[in-house]
Amino acid sequence: MHEALLVMKKDLRLEWRSKVGIGQVLPFSLLVVLLFAFALDPERGVLERVTSGLFWVVVLFSSVLTIERAFSVEANDGIFDALRLSGMAPAAIYAGKVAALTVQLLAIEAVLAVAVAVFYDTTFRGPVLTIGVAVIATLGIAGAGAVYGAIAAKLRSGSTLLPLLLLPLLAPVLICATRGFEVALGREAGPGWPWAALLGIFSAVYLTLGALLFRPLLEDA
Amino acid sequence: MEHAVHLRDAVTLLGRFPALAGVDLDVARGEVVLLRGPNGAGKTTLLRLCAGLAPVSSGVAEVLGVDLVAHRAGVRRRVGLLGHATFLYEDLSVVENVDFWARAAGAEVADGRRALDRLAVATRLHDLPVHALSAGQRRRVSFAAMLARRPELWLLDEPHAGLDANGRDIVDDLVREAASVGATVLFASHELDRAGDVADRTVDVIGGTVVTHDDGHLSPDEVASRA
Repeated sequence: MHEALLVMKKDLRLEWRSKVGIGQVLPFSLLVVLLFAFALDPERGVLERVTSGLFWVVVLFSSVLTIERAFSVEANDGIFDALRLSGMAPAAIYAGKVAALTVQLLAIEAVLAVAVAVFYDTTFRGPVLTIGVAVIATLGIAGAGAVYGAIAAKLRSGSTLLPLLLLPLLAPVLICATRGFEVALGREAGPGWPWAALLGIFSAVYLTLGALLFRPLLEDA
Repeated sequence: MEHAVHLRDAVTLLGRFPALAGVDLDVARGEVVLLRGPNGAGKTTLLRLCAGLAPVSSGVAEVLGVDLVAHRAGVRRRVGLLGHATFLYEDLSVVENVDFWARAAGAEVADGRRALDRLAVATRLHDLPVHALSAGQRRRVSFAAMLARRPELWLLDEPHAGLDANGRDIVDDLVREAASVGATVLFASHELDRAGDVADRTVDVIGGTVVTHDDGHLSPDEVASRA
């Protein structure tokens, strides 16, 4: 727990110092949201129907950038070796990376939610379901992303390979989170929590496999 | 006599290339051993093997009593490796880097500050991001991060590289001090005059093997009996 907190604080401090998330990822995400607002004319109702899906597609794009950044710093100047030499448990390093990614992605999602509310004229009618789905989905994205981020960081063309590896794996998260948000936005009738529960299963699988796989990944880094 | 490093016919394959092609080496606890050899001889791989980073493909390899064939991760927290890479985060400050690596290895923040003082890293540099430092300053910070771990086995790859005269003197003093309190030092250097003065013994590494043991200084047994 101590080691995971140490890694999480270090990653958040790195982000605070470099401002990559705030200065690059967030503006990119907002730009995509804005472009969709222009591209899909709100007068025709298309935007209203696809808001949930667009939101999570933008989150996935932002995630790829954030994950790539989080692991490229570890690939510099032999830091993967230093992490191994530190003697910290690989599962703790993984947990710290996942926690830091989750915090960063949730912050981006919060700003995106405001942007969607403003540009798409959307109201989140189920705040508890909205937050629940967002947190669980983000854990899943971070859990899978930390594994593939570590793999991509080792490869010369890793930054371009990461979306190819990661996005197909996150398709179930995209589907469940979108459906959950549609209920939260009042666009779809019926309970939303089964989607959150399904998301929870996917996220639990990703996190468990990630914690188990991180040791061989770190050894091979 | 218990050795800090005990290698017999140790082979390390990097892909299919035998970076170490059957190394026999014993280093006593408290001994300072210089690895001498041309570029590409296997010195860096030998240091990485002793750190538990490079795999032991065959042979016997024991470091600080840990069998590296069975459990090479077991030795990592007890060794300090100063390599060609700095092991530093560019966007974190000097103090943040040293604190992180000290705490990650189970040491205290105070150990990191003492190490920075010992390496004579000026206080005015402590809050600067690493990317703003010169190569020599980075080398000192990197050394401080290693020193803060209080390793039992020091593995230094060209420790004088990039340092000014004062920095080189500090490194030599630190190596002597480490040996005097029982730590073992294995280091590779091309600065043979300076390094030879610090070392108890010189070992030649050529073509992935240890070729000669130059006993112009102390033997492992003599070092052990001295301790």
